[in-house]
Amino acid sequence: MIPAAFAYDRPSSVTEALDLLARHQGDAKVLAGGQSLIPLLKLRLARPSRLIDIGRLGELRAIRDLGDGGFGIGALATYRDVLDSELATSRAALLALAIPDIADVQVRNRGTLAGAIAHADPASDMPAVVLALDATIVLRSRSGERVVFAASFFQGAFATDLAEDELLTEIRIPAQPAGAGMAYQHLEQPASGYSIVGVAAVVGRTGDSVTTGRIAITGVADVAYRARAVEAALVGTNGDAAAIAAAAAHAADGVTVAADIHADATYRAEMARVYTRRAIEAALAAGD
Amino acid sequence: MTVDMLGARIKRKEDPRFITGQGNYLDDIKLSGLTHASVLRSPYAHARIRSIDTSAAASMAGVIAIYTGRDFESVNPLPCAWQAGGVQNNANTPRVLAMDTVRWTGEGVALVVAESREQAADAAEAILVDYEPLPVVVDGEQALAVGAPQLHENAPRNVNMEWSCGDRDGTAKAIDSAEVVVRQRIINQRLIPNPMETRGAIGRYDPGTDEYTIWMTSQAPHVMRLLIGAFVLGVPEHKIRCISPDVGGGFGSKIFVYADMVLVAVAARRLGRPVKFVETRRENYQATTHGRDHITDLEVAGNRDGTITGFRVKTIANLGAYLSTIAPGIPTTLYGRMLSGPYTFPNIYCEVTGVYTNTAMVDAYRGAGRPEATYAVERAVDLFADEIGLDPAAVRRKNFIPPEAFPYSPVVLNGRAGQLSYDSGNYAPALDKALTAVDYYKLDAARAEARSRGKYLGVGISSYIEICGVAPSKWIGLPGEGWGAGLWESANIRVHLTGKVVVTTGSQSHGQGHETTMAQIVGHDLGISMDDVDVKHSDTLGTPFGYGTYGSRSAAVGGMAAHLAAEKIVEKGRKLAAHMLEASPADIEFVDGRYTVKGSPDKARTIQEVALAASVGYDLPAGMEPFLDETAYYDPPNCTYPFGTHVAIVEVDEETGVVELKRYVAVDDVGKKINPMIVDGQLHGGIVQGIGQALWEGAVYDDNGQLLTGSMLDYALPKASNLPLFELDETITPSPVNPLGVKGAGEAGTIGSAAAVVNAVIDALSPLGIRHLDMPLSAPKVWRAIHAKEARS
Repeated sequence: MIPAAFAYDRPSSVTEALDLLARHQGDAKVLAGGQSLIPLLKLRLARPSRLIDIGRLGELRAIRDLGDGGFGIGALATYRDVLDSELATSRAALLALAIPDIADVQVRNRGTLAGAIAHADPASDMPAVVLALDATIVLRSRSGERVVFAASFFQGAFATDLAEDELLTEIRIPAQPAGAGMAYQHLEQPASGYSIVGVAAVVGRTGDSVTTGRIAITGVADVAYRARAVEAALVGTNGDAAAIAAAAAHAADGVTVAADIHADATYRAEMARVYTRRAIEAALAAGD
Repeated sequence: MTVDMLGARIKRKEDPRFITGQGNYLDDIKLSGLTHASVLRSPYAHARIRSIDTSAAASMAGVIAIYTGRDFESVNPLPCAWQAGGVQNNANTPRVLAMDTVRWTGEGVALVVAESREQAADAAEAILVDYEPLPVVVDGEQALAVGAPQLHENAPRNVNMEWSCGDRDGTAKAIDSAEVVVRQRIINQRLIPNPMETRGAIGRYDPGTDEYTIWMTSQAPHVMRLLIGAFVLGVPEHKIRCISPDVGGGFGSKIFVYADMVLVAVAARRLGRPVKFVETRRENYQATTHGRDHITDLEVAGNRDGTITGFRVKTIANLGAYLSTIAPGIPTTLYGRMLSGPYTFPNIYCEVTGVYTNTAMVDAYRGAGRPEATYAVERAVDLFADEIGLDPAAVRRKNFIPPEAFPYSPVVLNGRAGQLSYDSGNYAPALDKALTAVDYYKLDAARAEARSRGKYLGVGISSYIEICGVAPSKWIGLPGEGWGAGLWESANIRVHLTGKVVVTTGSQSHGQGHETTMAQIVGHDLGISMDDVDVKHSDTLGTPFGYGTYGSRSAAVGGMAAHLAAEKIVEKGRKLAAHMLEASPADIEFVDGRYTVKGSPDKARTIQEVALAASVGYDLPAGMEPFLDETAYYDPPNCTYPFGTHVAIVEVDEETGVVELKRYVAVDDVGKKINPMIVDGQLHGGIVQGIGQALWEGAVYDDNGQLLTGSMLDYALPKASNLPLFELDETITPSPVNPLGVKGAGEAGTIGSAAAVVNAVIDALSPLGIRHLDMPLSAPKVWRAIHAKEARS
């Protein structure tokens, strides 16, 4: 549990951080809260030759109102910061539902939401949450800034659209559909607490018809995904138990279901359907 | 007043030190010139070492020395001190570093000593080892198969011993003639002990005195000194000092001799500098001993009225790649001899085959043999009750040893020595209390309500017995039990000039609270505030010999030695007080720390005044030596046999297979309690470990011998958030074995709990026709069982 040697930089501005990233492309890893990266370093499963510690860049810690009903979560905002933010939890209750189940108090006090997104662990809860919230991800480099949808940001296990010279600076959560209910339901792997299956749901109903259905699933495949087949089957129905169950049956459609010592593919696929159904039910119950 | 301290819920004396970070653990120790060691471990489970190239590593920054197995040819292999009794043992024990062949993933191959721990780790990584992989076997039963890879030349079929106990012919007859016979294979899976502090050792050698000092995270420093000195290094024990500083848990895994204890000592001598080694958590998983790992075929036979007439058990015990220090004793003496449980089974027979596999060594883990025995017995009782359609509680009651039958000697317990018997017990009241607590006979409504939520509710019972205070030297030391040594304990008490007391003990505390309980015993006996009693342990230089702390024996054996030493102090003080009060010793009474003359309560001397007089020593009775300083050795006539009944209530989610533990009631009888708060803590921790085995824990090797559960990310330890509040109750049946009537509490929780939880889950699933599932009862396993049944129906 002793990391291999690495060089260490602690930039004092975003500009300096971007300069360092540009200079050390491919050799450097960005250190924010460290709750995912440090364990990998200690196990020597990750051995970057350089760490760029952005921990002192206070300008990245803000959770700010975007003025259009949406809000931005800065790269250094910890889970605790998000939970403590009235702005974040009132506009996206999903965050308040999912974050308390992440690890423990100490990890939530240090770990950052953006760090989890950049890390893109296929069993992490947060990718499903930002997918269901239809978030966009702000990526900045010396040559400028680009904003990508979460759905295209996650590309595979620990693989994202983040270029080697880019820094993830903000996660933007757009205004959520009025009256939509949200839920996060997951089955924890008993050792790590990561999700065997995690389902984030944002579901809205107008009158007798489901008008919004955003369902995102983590833990099941090698990357968190929007369950489009579930959404398509759900929206337009009356949202009764049969309709929900029928929609949830598509939870693992089109994905290669993961298998490990904690859950084989058959079980994991079935749990994807069970937890999807439960998440939709809970979201509908939580909506106006 | 001080007289009531025995039996009081007193907060532990050592806790302020631990809670405020003032503890002194092995890795806190800094020595002048200290160097740091890292062990390179085999990535293969079975391979020949063709060559080792250390040249690149040797030139790295900070590297002081690199050693391989060849550098320790003069050092003996580690000893196996408890071989299976009365039978041939094909013993193979590890060398401090592998010489030609590695036999499990994690076996030490090279030692790097460097100026810093980081440099040592980096250099170890740079050592190039050319391995020739060999075929691997990790499963105990597969190791016995024809054509299985063979680990050791002297162990055909990978068998290290074949042991049996009980009545083979009588049991066969009982089973053959029984109305009902139930047969079941059960797996008691391999567990990883996981103490909060990993292991480590520091060696220092003083060339001026030719003495070694070894700091170690050991539960038995005196025994380590003996084994390392006499068996491994060939150094007399007075030239070795072993010190266990504060130790953060052990659960048995810190009883044993480990290679690193020897490596740091030898390296320190060669280098002229002290050497520290501290395991990483990953190394703790790979290279420190594991527990359990039994495959058992059981047969239970009896009548339809619920009487069990025969119990036959055949167990394959996977002991890993080599024999650890007391490994063969666990699945034999501590397992087979407990297979009567709290019952009057008239015929019992047990066969155990110990096998070698390409896995980490298996040795004692909390409960050590007794949880395995309890699990076999309590699953058997439930299977039998299910088969004949009777209430499992009624079957237990029917077969309990009645209170008037004590002392009771089950055939398996007595073995060849014929000296042991269950000391005291009254089993039905504990069962009744536990059943009443959960309203056992009125759970139908709760079951129906759970079904309406898609859950199956189940209740499980475990009535256990254990063997504690393991000692009687004339029993355990017999060749028939294989231990070959005594298990007495000792203590010394000195009452200093100021009236303050220092107790030194051969027991070793690694979380049990000896500093409190022994102070309670001695403070009570001497009538002195326990604040004035300091208990010192775990340094072979300053404490009398002891066999160490394991087997729930420190109160019942070590604590008794302290009690007897205190009685000696009181008696010597009585003679001196008589002299001071000008009375006859026969007329001196000792109450609450005061010596008084019978009939003249005004004529009194406190024990502190007597201690002062004894210390200054200028006016002593003729022939009396100065100072109140007494040592006592205690070797009890029998072990003690705590018992109890645990009841678990679970709900199983039909859709997911997730088991939720809803209630846990434990009624334990550990005899008299010195400190009920400490007993509660021991029970809580023990129960959690048994629940962990039932629901979550399990070491998994793949077919190549790679440990797939090599960290806490994959090895599922119990979490507080997954547990209900425990409901503890008690009965108290004092042990007649020792003067304080105590039995032992360190392992009871673990011994009782796994079977209670499993029985509850099986009860929950019984409407589906499921009668057994192996631990851990993981969600996918339970789900698969449910859906296999539902698909069929």
